[in-house]
Amino acid sequence: MTVALSVEEIASKIEENFPGSIVESSPKSIVVNKESLFAVASYLKTTPGLDFDYLTAITAVDYYDYFEVVYQLTSLQHNHSLVVKTRCYGRDNPTLPSVVSLWRGADFQEREIYDLMGISFDGHPNMKRIFLWEGFQGHPLRKDYL
Amino acid sequence: MALRTEPFVVNIGPAHPSTHGVFRMRATLDGEVIVDMEPVFGYLHRGIEKLAEERTYTGVIPLTDRLDYLASMSNNLAYVLAVEKLAEIAVPGRAEYLRVIMAELQRIASHLIAVGAFLNDCGAFMTPILYMIREREKILDLFEMASGQRLTYNYMRVGGVSQDVPEEFIPALGKFVKVMPGFIDEYDQLLAENEILLARAKGVGILPKELAINISASGPVLRASGVKWDIRKVDPYSIYDRFEFDIPTGTVGDCYDRYRVRIQEMRQSVRILKQALEQLPPGEVRSDVPHLLRPPVGEVYGHIEAPKGELGFYLVSDNSIAPYRLHIRAPSLINLTALRDMIVGWKVADAIIIFGSIDICMGEVDR
Amino acid sequence: MAMPVLPPDWPGGFWAHWGVFVVIIFVFVMAMVMGFIWFERRAMAIMQARLGPNRAGPFGVLQPVADAIKVLLKEDIIPAAGDKLVHWLAPVVAFVPVLMIFAVVPFQGGAILADLNIGILYVVAISSVTTVGIFMAGWASNNKYSLLGAMRQVASVVSYEIPVVLSIIGVVLLAGSLSLSQIVLAQDIPFILLQPLGFLLFFIGGCAEINRAPFDLMEADSEIVAGFHTEYSGMKFALFYLAEYGEALAISAIVTTLFLSGWRGPVLPPWLWFLLKVGLVFFVIVWIRTTVPRVRIDQLMALAWKFLFPLALINLIITAIEILAWPAASSWVIVLVNIAIMVVLVLLWSKFFRLGGGRVEV
Repeated sequence: MTVALSVEEIASKIEENFPGSIVESSPKSIVVNKESLFAVASYLKTTPGLDFDYLTAITAVDYYDYFEVVYQLTSLQHNHSLVVKTRCYGRDNPTLPSVVSLWRGADFQEREIYDLMGISFDGHPNMKRIFLWEGFQGHPLRKDYL
Repeated sequence: MALRTEPFVVNIGPAHPSTHGVFRMRATLDGEVIVDMEPVFGYLHRGIEKLAEERTYTGVIPLTDRLDYLASMSNNLAYVLAVEKLAEIAVPGRAEYLRVIMAELQRIASHLIAVGAFLNDCGAFMTPILYMIREREKILDLFEMASGQRLTYNYMRVGGVSQDVPEEFIPALGKFVKVMPGFIDEYDQLLAENEILLARAKGVGILPKELAINISASGPVLRASGVKWDIRKVDPYSIYDRFEFDIPTGTVGDCYDRYRVRIQEMRQSVRILKQALEQLPPGEVRSDVPHLLRPPVGEVYGHIEAPKGELGFYLVSDNSIAPYRLHIRAPSLINLTALRDMIVGWKVADAIIIFGSIDICMGEVDR
Repeated sequence: MAMPVLPPDWPGGFWAHWGVFVVIIFVFVMAMVMGFIWFERRAMAIMQARLGPNRAGPFGVLQPVADAIKVLLKEDIIPAAGDKLVHWLAPVVAFVPVLMIFAVVPFQGGAILADLNIGILYVVAISSVTTVGIFMAGWASNNKYSLLGAMRQVASVVSYEIPVVLSIIGVVLLAGSLSLSQIVLAQDIPFILLQPLGFLLFFIGGCAEINRAPFDLMEADSEIVAGFHTEYSGMKFALFYLAEYGEALAISAIVTTLFLSGWRGPVLPPWLWFLLKVGLVFFVIVWIRTTVPRVRIDQLMALAWKFLFPLALINLIITAIEILAWPAASSWVIVLVNIAIMVVLVLLWSKFFRLGGGRVEV
């Protein structure tokens, strides 16, 4: 059974190593701020005992005030999972650091989020639209599009 | 005097007999060797995620049918499992068994097409795929008995399945389960040791294990690279923990391994079907769920082992009758991430085979 | 210049003979090609658990006629940027040599258009001209896919000529003559038994030359759309199609003449034997097409140069040794010896020979 890791334990570990990065931690997920996202992600990937080597999915949700990007992480060795979230405020050109250098599976998924939600990712090697054609105006999955 | 050559760019697709769906590869060729490749897709983008925000939870089910249209039952199952996880709805026993039966039959049907299309790409002119379509017709007949449809079934519901199977279904399923292993052996025998197939597929398009994990590959692609990761075993959903089955894995991660893994998975699916058929309890097939379901506020990620990989639904609910956000984790899209690495250095003919061996469905990639 | 020798019982002069046989060959080729198209589609369909054409005429025998009419009524599309003269000439250059091959094939005892004493050499020479036509087609279409297909074609035909010609020489050594009618007359035991390895090499090489599966990567539907004839439609496409089946017919006829003792056989009239044997060889070609996947271009070349060519050389040397060293040996002993040698060689070579081309580092 894939165990969803106890968030309190992880939260305290992350807080130790990267003070000030955690914004909120609920029983099911941890919210980190976007400046420390990359550092926390590499910590989660490389620490023995955590070993989150598999990025299951990245999603973006539009909550009107902010965009929330959700990372579902899994460890194949230990069979446990974790949900890490981050938020960006502001609707014009929100940006986030890209995690492609850690998990290449993020490649197409980040492009999709850029295409449909408008959040661009710094450090992505090929940040362009993936489903819609070049020159399409707007980002359809946003709540204020149509 | 060295001959001056220059690489030229060729479009393979989108309208091409062999790209499975509308998929375009912009390949830079140097003679016959591919030196660079860029995948271009989005031709089948229908905005399913946006449409789902305006349908009721039950009304989204037909939309999910059209994701991976060759495995509609699995798409339905993943979605209703996610909703049931969020709203904490229990499912009656008979419905659970029927779901497993449908999902495994769907796995066999999808793998038949995958293997058949792969062999067709290798050039075995239509004979293998036609034999496999003949078997798939039997499965489609079973599905038609249960749901009235041959391709987009819309069979699962939140809280069970939409209707019970008619009386002729169980004997027909019994007959199918008896003859199918013989057919799988026949396919194995026909081409598995064929010299030409081995030369075309062995060692071609290798996806190394570390790369497979790094790109979040899933399904037969991941297992052929040597990683024993199957959602049905590591995070069992529905009642899969009651069945005995093995997880076939490959060693090298080349096209041949992916082909063998799919053939073995079909055998394991028949095994599960036999057990499910024996254990099928009577009872009702749908629990009492309000027509306009309003799950509590929250979010959930529900995933299953679909034939093409890990199909996941991330669902955010705000206690209204429509989902606030529905995101589909499409295995085909993510398996495609390594396509460039797998194809560069091979020839045009191999590009088609490597692409076919990943087994994608554009309905899922583009959504 | 002396007139070519006519069979002693032929009425009329030289030109009457020529005229009658031109008509016979033309009708034969057209009818047999139509028949072959139908036969292939039915046989393939039945092997694939489906029916095949069964609407046009009883058992679908009029299907090729329907196809021909459809194709002739289509608009003739010429690529705007292609080389128009070459585009127009290509199907002609591809089809005419196929007809010309039948000038030396003996249908019956004396029934042959021109009993050239260099018969088989003429066949080899003429059949290579078809490749020029195919390359012209690929070039003139101004389409990268067509050009790819045409280049593959030229490379493969050049490679496979050599084992084919070497296996033909084995037959010629046994028969003592290049003339096809003499070769048939020399086959008291069909040469397939006396030259099993030669037959295998010729058959495989022949399939590769005529672009039939498993070597049909020139028109690989699933790879480069339709290869060199992607840009052809209407009558020109029909000519390419006819040329493909005509070549299959030609190879079947040559195999029958060289290895299966042509028109000879008991009981039935000779021309019927000829037709049956040609049909049988064609059936095997169709059977192989339905069963086996396709090789890649570099594997194709590797097969020709590393597998067939050395075997062809060894076959030739062994045949020569047998003829010189044991001229009086009983033919049946030679048959057994040759079959044994073939089995040993093929097994040995397959162990050492690897078909892989592998990945290129970029």
